Amino acid sequence: MSDVTPAIKKRKLNTSESIYLVEVLKGMAITMGHVIKNIIGELKGQSTFDTMEYPEVRKPVNDRFKGAHRLTTRPDGKYKCVACMCCSTACPAKCISIVAGEDADDPIEKFPVRFDIDMLRCIYCGFCVEACPKDAIRMDTRIYEINAFSRQDMIHTRDYMRDLMAGDKPEAEQWYRENPQHSPEGFLGEVPPVIP
Amino acid sequence: MSETMLTVILALVKCVFSLAFVMQIVPLLIWAERKGAAYIQDRPGPNRAHILGVRAGGLIHTLPDVFKLITKEDVVPSHVFRPLWALAPIISMSVALVTFSVVPWGDQILIPAEIAEKYLGTTGPLAVNLQVADIDGGLLYVLAMTSLGVYGIMLAGWSSNNKFSLIGGLRSAAQMVSYELAMGMGVVAMFMTYGTTRLDTIMQIQSESILNWGVLLSPPVGLVAFILFWVSAFAECNRNPFDLPEGEAELVAGYHTEYSSLRFALFFMAEYANMVVASSVTATLFFGGYNIPFVNGAMLREHIDLVLIAIGVGGGVFFLFAASIAFGRRKDPFYAAMEAFKGPRPNKLAPVGGLNGLLYRALHDDTLRQHEWKIFTAIWAGAAAAHFGLIGLGAMNIASGMPLLTEIIVFVTQLNAFVVKVLFGCWMFIWVRWTLPRFRYDQLMDLGWKYMLPIGLVNILLAAVWLLIDANTMRLYAAIP
Ligand code: SF4
Ligand code: SF4
Repeated sequence: MSDVTPAIKKRKLNTSESIYLVEVLKGMAITMGHVIKNIIGELKGQSTFDTMEYPEVRKPVNDRFKGAHRLTTRPDGKYKCVACMCCSTACPAKCISIVAGEDADDPIEKFPVRFDIDMLRCIYCGFCVEACPKDAIRMDTRIYEINAFSRQDMIHTRDYMRDLMAGDKPEAEQWYRENPQHSPEGFLGEVPPVIP
Repeated sequence: MSETMLTVILALVKCVFSLAFVMQIVPLLIWAERKGAAYIQDRPGPNRAHILGVRAGGLIHTLPDVFKLITKEDVVPSHVFRPLWALAPIISMSVALVTFSVVPWGDQILIPAEIAEKYLGTTGPLAVNLQVADIDGGLLYVLAMTSLGVYGIMLAGWSSNNKFSLIGGLRSAAQMVSYELAMGMGVVAMFMTYGTTRLDTIMQIQSESILNWGVLLSPPVGLVAFILFWVSAFAECNRNPFDLPEGEAELVAGYHTEYSSLRFALFFMAEYANMVVASSVTATLFFGGYNIPFVNGAMLREHIDLVLIAIGVGGGVFFLFAASIAFGRRKDPFYAAMEAFKGPRPNKLAPVGGLNGLLYRALHDDTLRQHEWKIFTAIWAGAAAAHFGLIGLGAMNIASGMPLLTEIIVFVTQLNAFVVKVLFGCWMFIWVRWTLPRFRYDQLMDLGWKYMLPIGLVNILLAAVWLLIDANTMRLYAAIP
């Protein structure tokens, strides 16, 4: 065994390759072919491009795509969620925080008073959906542009997640401005509480 | 108006024109580079910036580009040698612009005696040479100026005082010096064949017939000289495959690493100005400059009405075609496709109110694109109508009765021919850049010294042999007064 790196054998160039010009012209013919193809496509209005004009045209995502979470509701409009904490227990990122409340009028009794998911910590594993016994949380929104201008806005709250698919929802910030009672702590200029 | 005044004014006008010529093509080239690169790589390229919906195929992007470069902070690193550092981009740019002054961009304009005497105060007709400087050593001047260009890059590399810039500058110096030789050899063969270094005389020789065009002269001397000249022009302009001075993979950005804002813009524009100049010198030397194949200035003047009709028919049909395409696109199927692919809701980040919201909606409104096609339809239909109007002018024999109008039409026609050649040359630069990979440094030197230089020398020998055995070139030269 020798530890000498073997020299890379180079193929000898044939005549047309060694005078460069012929091969250069061949290459130029190929690139010009692409240009002509794309110009004709443009004029016809049939895009021949490999790329999409993103904000207007989006890549269709698979049905199983895990997008932003939403909370489902029963026919009477109440949350399906029974605040059993299965999802927050299953969550490997520990990003779901639920506060349970009691609804005496309802046979189900338990419901989430708060249901926050910190989307900055979520790893989109889908365990919460798997864990839920009530089909109360789903990730079938196909929304993958989960973004905001601040960390606070990245915490999706209960009603926001409920309304996510109901019509064209504006961005989170706008929604919170319109529904300040549901906005996360510290939002709208409040100083976030210092956790000891 | 006195003679001197007239000369000075004419010179000024020509200077402004030639400056404007180069500087107008530069933004166009930057657009062509981006759009050409995109189309070669199967992507749409710049297509967002617009003025009231008119995107003009991405041309509008040049405006924000310029605006960005102007408003950026001009960072002066503390470690640079300030005087030379500031001087370098100026040298690069001005050398590129100055070279263009010897290139003739049109036939002589003959202002007829009655008009010249009445308005310009000359005695007899006035012949205006369409060239800023008709000096005897025109070709040598081009060579001299292009070799000055290396100073800009070398000074930038050295005064930037960092190793990447320095290596970039060094490479550039070595490369330019090597390829200047090959370029010089090509040019020597050409001016042996032409028998002169005056570019206007060279142009007159080429006006005689298409067989007198540089590439076809005493074959294969002209062709070989053209290839030598053209390949060296790539190296002189630091364009791919010879853009080692700014090899971004190993040298960050080479000699202009430390430059920002307008100083960087100067280097950037100098590159494109150099391309324009290289293309125009090549067109002048090898492709008959402002001559239209098979039609020279005298013929244009003689059949000026026919020329008008030809332009009218050609331009009219072209613009009608363009207008019909634009008209067909006003209800673009692309927009339907856009609707179909729309996500479950609009982009979350879309600001909904205020000026931002207005802007956002203006930018993303699909109907704006349809609107644009309508505007294009109108513009192109108008252009078509104007061209068909030219047919009428030609049919009524208006131009042949007015010598000055004739001159103007001839000038515009020939200038267009020149521009077409220059633009094609520039497109070659772009085309090659997005086709070929970069040379390795030793390959670059091998090509320059071991192949191109000997070929150039042999070519000179061939040119001499042609001069000995064939009186053809000599005769043509003698025919020029
Ligand atoms: S997707 Fe995974 S990480 Fe995200 S909230 Fe559900 S369980 Fe947690
Ligand atoms: S979403 Fe499902 S798993 Fe999570 S608390 Fe509600 S019912 Fe339990």
